[in-house]
Amino acid sequence: MRNLLRFLWKYSNFVLFILMEVFCFYLVFQNNSFQKAGWINSSNAFAGNVFTTVNSIKEYFALKETNELLAAENARLRNQSLGSFAKFITTKTVINDTVIKQQYTYIPAEVVNNSVNRRNNYLTLNRGYKQGITNDMAVISSNGIIGYTKDVSANFCTVLSILNKDAKISAKIKRYDELGSLIWEGGDYRFGLLQDIGTHVKIAKGDTIVTSNFSDIFPSNIIIGTVESFVPREGGEFYNIKVKYSANLKNITHVYIINNILREEKKILEERSQHD
Amino acid sequence: MISVIFKHIIRFIFFIFLQVLVLNNIQFSGYINPYLYVFIILMLPFATPVWMVMMISLSAGLLIDMFQDTMGMHAAACVLMGYSRSFILKLFSPRDGYDSSTEPTLHYLGASWYFSYSLLLVLIHHFTFFFIEAYSADELLFTLTRMGLSLVFTMVLLFISQMMIYKPKELRKN
Repeated sequence: MRNLLRFLWKYSNFVLFILMEVFCFYLVFQNNSFQKAGWINSSNAFAGNVFTTVNSIKEYFALKETNELLAAENARLRNQSLGSFAKFITTKTVINDTVIKQQYTYIPAEVVNNSVNRRNNYLTLNRGYKQGITNDMAVISSNGIIGYTKDVSANFCTVLSILNKDAKISAKIKRYDELGSLIWEGGDYRFGLLQDIGTHVKIAKGDTIVTSNFSDIFPSNIIIGTVESFVPREGGEFYNIKVKYSANLKNITHVYIINNILREEKKILEERSQHD
Repeated sequence: MISVIFKHIIRFIFFIFLQVLVLNNIQFSGYINPYLYVFIILMLPFATPVWMVMMISLSAGLLIDMFQDTMGMHAAACVLMGYSRSFILKLFSPRDGYDSSTEPTLHYLGASWYFSYSLLLVLIHHFTFFFIEAYSADELLFTLTRMGLSLVFTMVLLFISQMMIYKPKELRKN
């Protein structure tokens, strides 16, 4: 026992080093396995408040652009039918109708922190569980999809951006209903990669890419972007399609978080079928 | 002694905020993100015990992780860098050893000494961080490019900060 203690004392720095590294890698892997690590991320109160302060200053410089965007969106919403108008404008409106049942509610949120230049990018929004946010809710801007929520604290949540290694989004080509999956290979924040579209499909530059019907998180037919270029992959069966995102992920200030009311029901039903 | 500790605490806070509020928002071509905050670890006095260097590295790393949502990645890279510091100092030590009351600066042991000392440690930090971030070898070239570009920027900023913080003693004498 004494020898062991003497040994540990002699190499105390090395032991401390190993302990610290184990702790760090524990944090890294805990985060990667999609569990909540809650306390060391920008959704905690301290980081969130620092970002909010900085952001409230930054917002003044983007006021003109934000106004134009909001005005354009208002105009579009006014043109839409009464039903979808009421559905879009607030979370508090619940339409009691026996024919159409409301499935999605939209919660407006502000981006308080954002990045596009890392391999795995995240956003922080100023909404948390006090405002009814849970993890795995879709986040879109008025121009297209942004990502989905990951960690949630009282008043903030972090969003796993589509510019992330872990983001794999079920998408389709609107014109043909052809399903594929959208990933991001890093590098330029304006372009993503759509895979698994067969070479028999006659795609063209400019075709619209939207979310598919099979996602638990995203409502269907939300715009993602347009086809920029495409080349057949080795083997020639599938295309590698370069997609230009319609949302400018570098300059987003206002987004909507989408709550899928029927998600739990669908999930429970699917789990039950899998067990049988 | 108290004033030295106070000075280092002020620098610690300053460089963390500089990193989080300014440098993390620099976005050149989607590749470059300089990590100047490692300067906190580089400039600790020679006499700082290794365990204390590691504790400071861990806390700096965790603070940056908190703001970047990288969860332990910066902390792991910083702890490795802090632990390696003592070996690198031993490796480059001058014949009559270091004056333990001073800090490693550009003007104390010369530009070439400071360059090799900081380059090795920053390389250890960047290499660890970028590879944990990518956590796979199939993006090797892309990761190396990102690491290299960020490394160059960190080193440039490091030398600029060195020149701004420390006044050259030789010049003052003339």
